[in-house]
Amino acid sequence: MEAALTILLDGLQFSSYLFIVSAGLTIIFGVMKILNVAHGSFYAWGAYTAAFFIGKFSDMGLPDALGFLLIVAAAIVVGVILGFIIEQGILKHMYERDEVLIVLATFGLFLVLEDIILIAFGTDPYFAYQPMALLGPVELGGITRDVYGLTLIGVAAVVAVGCWWLLNKTKWGTLLKAVIFDREMGISMGINVPLVYTLTFIGGAILGGLGGAYIAPTISVAPGLGTEVIVLSFAVVVVGGMGSIVGAAIGSLIIGLLRAIAVHELPQVELFVVFAVMAVVLVFRPEGLFAPAKPRKI
Amino acid sequence: MFNDRTAKFLLLAAMMICVGGAFAPNWIVNQFMFGFSRALAILGLMVLWRTGLVSFGHAFYFGLGAYAVAILDSKFGVSDVFLRLMAGAVVAGSAGFLIGFIMRNYRDIFFAMLNTAISMVLFGIVVKTESLGSTDGFAISASTIFGLAPETKYPLFVIITLVGLTAALLVNFYLKTTFGKLTTAIRDNEIRVEYLGFSVAHAIHLKYTISAILAGGAGALMAMSLGQVDPESMINWTVSGELVFVTILSGPGNVIAPFIGSLVFEILRTYAFELAPQAWQLIMGATFLTIIFFLPGGIWSLIEKLGGKKNEK
Amino acid sequence: MKNSSSILEVRDLLKTFGAVVAAKDINVDISQGEIVGIIGANGAGKTCFVNMVTGYLAPTGGSIKFEGTELVGLETRKITHAGISRSFQVSQVFHSMTVAENLMIALAIANNRGTDALSLMDTPDLRLKLDEVLKRYKLEPQKDATVSALAQGVRKLLDIAMAVVSKPRILLLDEPTSGISVEEKFDFMDIVMGALREDGVTVLFVEHDMEIVERYVSRVLAFYQGEIIADMPPKKALADKKVQEFVIGKEHHKKKK
Repeated sequence: MEAALTILLDGLQFSSYLFIVSAGLTIIFGVMKILNVAHGSFYAWGAYTAAFFIGKFSDMGLPDALGFLLIVAAAIVVGVILGFIIEQGILKHMYERDEVLIVLATFGLFLVLEDIILIAFGTDPYFAYQPMALLGPVELGGITRDVYGLTLIGVAAVVAVGCWWLLNKTKWGTLLKAVIFDREMGISMGINVPLVYTLTFIGGAILGGLGGAYIAPTISVAPGLGTEVIVLSFAVVVVGGMGSIVGAAIGSLIIGLLRAIAVHELPQVELFVVFAVMAVVLVFRPEGLFAPAKPRKI
Repeated sequence: MFNDRTAKFLLLAAMMICVGGAFAPNWIVNQFMFGFSRALAILGLMVLWRTGLVSFGHAFYFGLGAYAVAILDSKFGVSDVFLRLMAGAVVAGSAGFLIGFIMRNYRDIFFAMLNTAISMVLFGIVVKTESLGSTDGFAISASTIFGLAPETKYPLFVIITLVGLTAALLVNFYLKTTFGKLTTAIRDNEIRVEYLGFSVAHAIHLKYTISAILAGGAGALMAMSLGQVDPESMINWTVSGELVFVTILSGPGNVIAPFIGSLVFEILRTYAFELAPQAWQLIMGATFLTIIFFLPGGIWSLIEKLGGKKNEK
Repeated sequence: MKNSSSILEVRDLLKTFGAVVAAKDINVDISQGEIVGIIGANGAGKTCFVNMVTGYLAPTGGSIKFEGTELVGLETRKITHAGISRSFQVSQVFHSMTVAENLMIALAIANNRGTDALSLMDTPDLRLKLDEVLKRYKLEPQKDATVSALAQGVRKLLDIAMAVVSKPRILLLDEPTSGISVEEKFDFMDIVMGALREDGVTVLFVEHDMEIVERYVSRVLAFYQGEIIADMPPKKALADKKVQEFVIGKEHHKKKK
């Protein structure tokens, strides 16, 4: 029973951070049709920036509670700066080109961003445990959990509801859905598509950064962070259906829970299981489980 | 097969490289060994790339080739260079042929992603399996040639060069057959190819299998050149990315291109690493972006321009 | 309509997309050497018919026999091998290649079946054939031009030439003159039909332009709502009440493009 609860909570926590990151990836793909490999770097940048400032603030004797503010600030700063520079500097000039070529360009960006992290933050790991220590542990159905980890689930829920609300309840969401459905139609409706693209990319980047920033206190922030997360979120997005928020949520849950089960019950298959599911979905439902509707082009 | 300029150039260059290698310092011999090993895989990816297909997971076949060598070595003590090479190519080629039945129905991003998925499945298995060396991998004993254990790396270098030459000549020939010419045509218009009476699925399946054999051979040669294998540098998705990187860097114009591109890549990496150990990826990434933006035909298009079309397309 | 010399026999052909009926009760026999015009308003089922005969769409029911061989269930390329070829309303060519390269590929595929596909493509023999095709379809001046830079009319000519190099016995042309100017249309059709007659190819072509129909065909099939409402010589068909009401009348009102 306790073991099952542990698996469930581990799985949910893992799903939560996967969802936050993947939501950003899938929004960018849905709107711009860009599979962004550099998304892993947003995550890494978010984690480093948050960890760095949490450590600095703590050294300066400022209250640890500020850490939460720093996490959000780090995500926004990283997302806005990197997102803006990359979209305006590189991607904007590629929209007419083959989508596979754009994937390759984001891979080049990924390499560049990974190294700028090394240059900026060095190779030693960062620890930013303060926010986690602040919240302390809690007894839950016979097991002890860190409260911080549990809040991650809440954050993911907030992101999910936020995305849903934005897409379905705001004027902005309607415009976005028009562009997602058919870019040409969006243009002919008078939507400022370039602006939509820029904002979407920044928004997606912020979510990528938030995933990293929020997870930072629970891990040692070290080089290579983005490499693993990007393939995992690819798996999530592929399983759920590229471009679908609901898909990202379901995909995260499937992959998060499966991985948690594997880690506890059969650690040898931990990674295997994730990508085997991805491969199976691609083979039998290449559009993913919850692919968004496509316009008929003929 | 030998009567075009590309083939003649390849023969001549291979001869000169083999002779030159006897006098070259060790580090240059090494660069060529790594470069030409990798070039074999690039040759295969080039065939796919011409058809408009980019695999973001060919480290799967590269890794299979490398691990075939490692397992033959550690479990069966096989050290013969040709047996090792054959094993790598056959294992990867068979896997590619089987997976090709599925892969030939996929295009664009789905093709790229499905390849990523299968390569990560293999990565996941190897990393977590003690008997496959886990994250540490295996050290590989020195290769022997017909029972003889050479004292220097030169014989292996010559063999790699000659294998590269053979592969390049074969692919060069293939690209001139009807089957091989169906690259750009498939990328442009699959419906027309079908209506002309050719199965696009068969054409892609063959190309995919060729690319798997070559990537497997490349992995095997790389494993022998390095003397070790590990999942991080043989199977992880970043290795697939590296292979695509070199393919774009080389350009699809000619079978010579992968060899030049791979050498440039090795040299670039070595120097970037020596000059700025913390920024070599940055230099690689920036180079990659520059190529994508300003030199879509890769290094080969530059050579063509400079040489005023010395070599036929 | 049963005819002993018919090479194409279509029986009770049916195609539905959900509740939409795209083709119904289609029964036609085509004889060797006939030039048949297929007319009908947009959405009457003409292209659908062409797509079914060439295996691009699977019929919901019925049969299509070519020289006694059942075509339903065969893949498009198998039907090409059997001897039926087609052109397209929107030309389907290799846009980043030159005219000569396009035709070379078509010739190579037509001439190198099976394992022959692994022999060299560019042979002197094929070069000769290429020159012949270029000449016949008056494509010599453009032979080294990249297709994407060519005018619509040239592309359509190339599209048809590519369909013919496999020496089909039946050729289906889907709106050969659409996108071609009024001044050029007869010249264009003269080139095409002249070349085809020389080979004795049986031709079925979908056409909106009644002038073209009158001038080139020996028989008309008029489609309306997925059914054939008239099957008769062109003069008679154009004077037919039903044809005038459901095909030509509509055409005049619609005046599309």
